[in-house]
Amino acid sequence: MDWKGRDVISVRDFSKEDIEFVLKVAERLEEELKEKGSLDYARGKILATLFFEPSTRTRLSFESAMYRLGGSVIGFSSASSTSVKKGESLADTIKTVEQYSDVIVIRHPMEGAARLAAEVAEVPVINAGDGSNQHPTQTLLDLYTMKRAFGRIDGLTIGLLGDLKYGRTVHSLAEALAFYDVELYLISPELLRMPKHIIGELREKGLEVHETTDLEDVIPELDVLYVTRIQRERFPDEEEYLKVKGSYQVNLSVLKNAKERLRVMHPLPRVDEIHPEVDKSEHALYFRQVFSGVPVRMTLLGLTLGVL
Amino acid sequence: MPELKVEVIPEGTVIDHIPSGKWLKVIEILGLTKPNGGTLLIASNVPSKKLGRKDIVKVEGRYLSEEEVNKIALIAPLATVNIVRDYRIVEKFNVEIPDEIVGILRCPNPNCVSNHEHVTPKFRVESREPLKLRCHYCERTVEGDDILGNI
Repeated sequence: MDWKGRDVISVRDFSKEDIEFVLKVAERLEEELKEKGSLDYARGKILATLFFEPSTRTRLSFESAMYRLGGSVIGFSSASSTSVKKGESLADTIKTVEQYSDVIVIRHPMEGAARLAAEVAEVPVINAGDGSNQHPTQTLLDLYTMKRAFGRIDGLTIGLLGDLKYGRTVHSLAEALAFYDVELYLISPELLRMPKHIIGELREKGLEVHETTDLEDVIPELDVLYVTRIQRERFPDEEEYLKVKGSYQVNLSVLKNAKERLRVMHPLPRVDEIHPEVDKSEHALYFRQVFSGVPVRMTLLGLTLGVL
Repeated sequence: MPELKVEVIPEGTVIDHIPSGKWLKVIEILGLTKPNGGTLLIASNVPSKKLGRKDIVKVEGRYLSEEEVNKIALIAPLATVNIVRDYRIVEKFNVEIPDEIVGILRCPNPNCVSNHEHVTPKFRVESREPLKLRCHYCERTVEGDDILGNI
């Protein structure tokens, strides 16, 4: 599979074979990294991280991945310190930065910015979040985490919990899960249900999808519970928000009825949707999920650079 | 025969069954407003069995290809096209929505990069009936009035 020079912009661009290939290479790199401590596939290569809006976690994860591959990193972490502030177009910024680097990672507040950057740039571009649209490396690391934890994705029963209406992460994840033979439970307050057209697409692709508002009801069914944050500003009044917030908190008492093998995931940062008491339980997979970001991003950097 | 209200052309293209009032948009999309675009004969608000009222555009001396005319499918989905040679219709076809819509429609998402940077908006046709487009940049879908309102 030729990945050299390929851009990573949207889950929509991937086939199941692409996803499986990335997960396989990531597994290999993770093992190699464990064995050797650091690798040198990307020696002499430079990654430019262009973060037009701040995201410490994603940026650090990409930077760590590039360093662990033996490469170097340049970049900025907010648009205010760049010529964008002087009115430079995105296309010009990209054309300039690619003269200094071999691969570009971009996060931008506007939807479609990464696609545009990829059209302008000769070097590969990886999308680290474009507004409310896509964040494909998050989706890949989520799938990788599941695969590592269970040895497979097919056959899993997966619950997506929280803001399913606006949540970019859960939309992309659900789209990617449609490649697999999984059963999906969509658990959210009435107000934040997953948009009908997305559910329609998932069902069209053959996914078994159930919608519910009740977490405790379905928790005994699940192998994976993927939790996302419910934001206060989505609710018309404080009282309604507090009511909803309370009934969707994952704590040890809620997990009492869960299968022993249930694993709880979260893209982080969390606020109080998962109680810290869960952290030490066997169910907590969210910090392992953060770790997965590194081998998956190493894979994408290495493959697009053509050095693996 | 409402067509007779406008002079018959010897050579060229007749675009019929344009929704009433849309002729200007049609000639803009087809790039016929330029001075070298050939002579245009316009009939607007003509009684029509199919549409109630319709517009007709006749382009003298130019033969428009199906691919060119398909660009107007978003605003004139029922339009029919007649190619005229020596005063006779030699070819007839209906417009069809192309697979990709380039540069005609603005993305209704205000936060789409195509509304802020110097790029040509581009949409992929996801479904024709009902018409559903997906923005190449922000990946949002556009349907119904949002399509017409942004042409």
